Amino acid sequence: MDFNDTPEEAKFRAEARAWLSANAKPKDPSKIKAGVSQKSEAERLVRAKEWQAKKAEAGYAAITWPTEYGGLGGTPIQSVIYSQEESKFDVPGGFFEIGLGMCIPTMMKWATKEQCDRYVKPALFGEEIWCQLFSEPAAGSDVAGLRTKCEKDGDEWVINGQKVWTSGAHFCDYGIIVTRSDPTVPKHKGLTFFFLDMKTPGIEIRPIKQMSGGSGFNEVFFNDVRVPDSQRLGDVGEGWKVSLTTLMNERLAIGQGSGVDHEELLKLARETELENGPAIKDSNVREKLADWYVQSQGLKYTKFRTLTALSKGQVPGPESSIGKIVSGPKMQDLAGFAMDIQGQGGVMQDTEESPMAGAFQNQWIGAAGYRIAGGTDEILRNIVSEQVLGLPQDIRVDKNVPFNELPGAGSKK
Amino acid sequence: MNFDFSDDQKMLKDQARKFLEDKCSYDEVRTVLESDDSHHDGVWNGLCELGFAGAAIPEEFGGLGLGALELCVIAEELGRAAAPVPFSSSIYMFAEALKLGASDAQKSAWLPQIASGDIIGTLATAEGTQAPSPRTVKASFSVGKLSGRKLPVPDGETASVAVVLANTGGAGEQALSLVLVDLNQDGVTRAAVDTIDPTRGHAEINFENAEASLIGDEGDGWAMLKRVEAGAAVLMSFEQVGGAEAALEMAKEYALDRYAFGRQIGSYQAIKHRLADMYVKLELAKSNAYYGAMILSEEGGELELAAASARISATEAYRFAAQECIQVHGGIGFTWEANPQFHYRRSKLLALALGSASRWKDRLVAELEKSNVA
Repeated sequence: MDFNDTPEEAKFRAEARAWLSANAKPKDPSKIKAGVSQKSEAERLVRAKEWQAKKAEAGYAAITWPTEYGGLGGTPIQSVIYSQEESKFDVPGGFFEIGLGMCIPTMMKWATKEQCDRYVKPALFGEEIWCQLFSEPAAGSDVAGLRTKCEKDGDEWVINGQKVWTSGAHFCDYGIIVTRSDPTVPKHKGLTFFFLDMKTPGIEIRPIKQMSGGSGFNEVFFNDVRVPDSQRLGDVGEGWKVSLTTLMNERLAIGQGSGVDHEELLKLARETELENGPAIKDSNVREKLADWYVQSQGLKYTKFRTLTALSKGQVPGPESSIGKIVSGPKMQDLAGFAMDIQGQGGVMQDTEESPMAGAFQNQWIGAAGYRIAGGTDEILRNIVSEQVLGLPQDIRVDKNVPFNELPGAGSKK
Repeated sequence: MNFDFSDDQKMLKDQARKFLEDKCSYDEVRTVLESDDSHHDGVWNGLCELGFAGAAIPEEFGGLGLGALELCVIAEELGRAAAPVPFSSSIYMFAEALKLGASDAQKSAWLPQIASGDIIGTLATAEGTQAPSPRTVKASFSVGKLSGRKLPVPDGETASVAVVLANTGGAGEQALSLVLVDLNQDGVTRAAVDTIDPTRGHAEINFENAEASLIGDEGDGWAMLKRVEAGAAVLMSFEQVGGAEAALEMAKEYALDRYAFGRQIGSYQAIKHRLADMYVKLELAKSNAYYGAMILSEEGGELELAAASARISATEAYRFAAQECIQVHGGIGFTWEANPQFHYRRSKLLALALGSASRWKDRLVAELEKSNVA
């Protein structure tokens, strides 16, 4: 038992590290976890595109992809090793993950060779950014209950409806979208999937202001948006099957939460006086700190077990699915408890007055969303119980009912 | 990255599982529950014949000379079966304490018989319902004689020899020493005590000027005990992981078999999510236990922190799995003839065996304070 690389892995790591050292600056540890970047999104985007192009040129942007599309044809463990090394450097990110993690893999599976030749490389090099248009106001966890409709008109489809929670739609060039082509059949059977140009007339993008004050997501409205039939992915009515390709990649694309954790709580507890003495000497504080430390370590070493499977060329077991179930509530509870330690002053969300510039308060607000994005705590528990433990699916009362006869589906109107 | 047991260790685990599935069914565990026996002789002898008792005892003292990782995989299977055997007392506690601090003469006198399973050893620290500590331990040792009362002592009825935590009169933590006592002598009387888990015998032992000898130096007992506890915590965390996994499987099988309101109860989210939570806690516990095992086998400096993490995580996983296993079963789960009780009882026994979770959380944070000076 050890954490060492195999000789091949060590060689790959050394090469990646050497390339990163030559092309990027190491992270300044004092700035880690300082919170929101001061730069504007537009400035960060320019920098991110430059970095992405450089990385793609070197082959590190998509290590597991085939070489014909600019990948390295490498292994999943190499991809992890590169990420581990890259995380030690101050490099921009946050714009390409959905496109390269979900949209392009869907294209590579379902689009024509010509389409892949046209779209994959520009996405990889950061020249074109992609978004995913799945969720709707009435279709969240039950995404197959979506209502945005598409109707065939000659060689084109006409799309009408609304998508929501679309990350980055305002700076994206292309998107993948799932729509309802036939409301008279049960919900999973009447869907059709497309990719489209986000500049197509009739698309209107409005930012959503989150309760945290930020706007990382959008509502996207479709008013008679015309898409050529050649941009359909999969057969008419087979959109759900295509969607599953995308969704399977979602949990891989959405990483574990970062942010304030047990180390910051320990620091706070050392620096804060409670009525009866230093917070770090309080038994309740110590118990909670130990619990969260143990959870964090458990997740860390669960990841190591997954990496071990990858390193041996095995498919990782389901243990990797637990990360978000644990880290979401932990982020929320830990931040809330850290505010409790601050007493009445814990209400302040102030870069001057609050410890660590308000990082606990910021996380307490943000964690409420993290527990929902990319699969709610509840959906993730369904996944674990059904796919890992083999328990039966819930009874689906909508399974064999035509979509337009479902209560609440609204398509009758 | 090779954060897994070796193929040989997995084969050993398989061997342990096959033996226990064959010889240590819940019906066999039940025979101990329903008798006055301290443990199951047949299962214990069988394990010893397979060489498990001596697995991690050096060859010069009659063992197989394997390492901590081999003990971990055996422990996991013992936990899965809720095996009613004195393995933890004799091996993780007694043998490991001797390996750590005893003289060669002491080791030669006892370890070969422990390795063969001819005798059982144990560790006696508690003196009633308060945590043993330098402030509270009254059993005293001076000029070769031990007097005092220890309870509950695991396997105290059947053990032939014990390591005892005793007061030797020093100041603060130096008040305590570990002493080695032959339990078959005139100065020792003992009687079984009732516990929440009768499948693992416990006793009260009274010492009255019993012959005893120091292990290691006088005044080092508390520090040595903590080191023994840390190793035992890792090994026991594997028992807890094994037990938690068995309880989860039992609950899952019942959730698939049992119908209510016209469908399998395992199709209701109230049950599914509970089982998912059991699984999540179990996976975290397994990962923390693996890390503890790695550090223990390397004799790494982080043992206290790794052991506390393994113990806290595994205690929580087993607590939750065992108690919710009964809940998933409903009324039948509370009956004498049903099996969930074995894990409910054992989970609490193991949770307290080395001191409560609160104690270990305090130990863990004390380590964080040391290692992370601001």
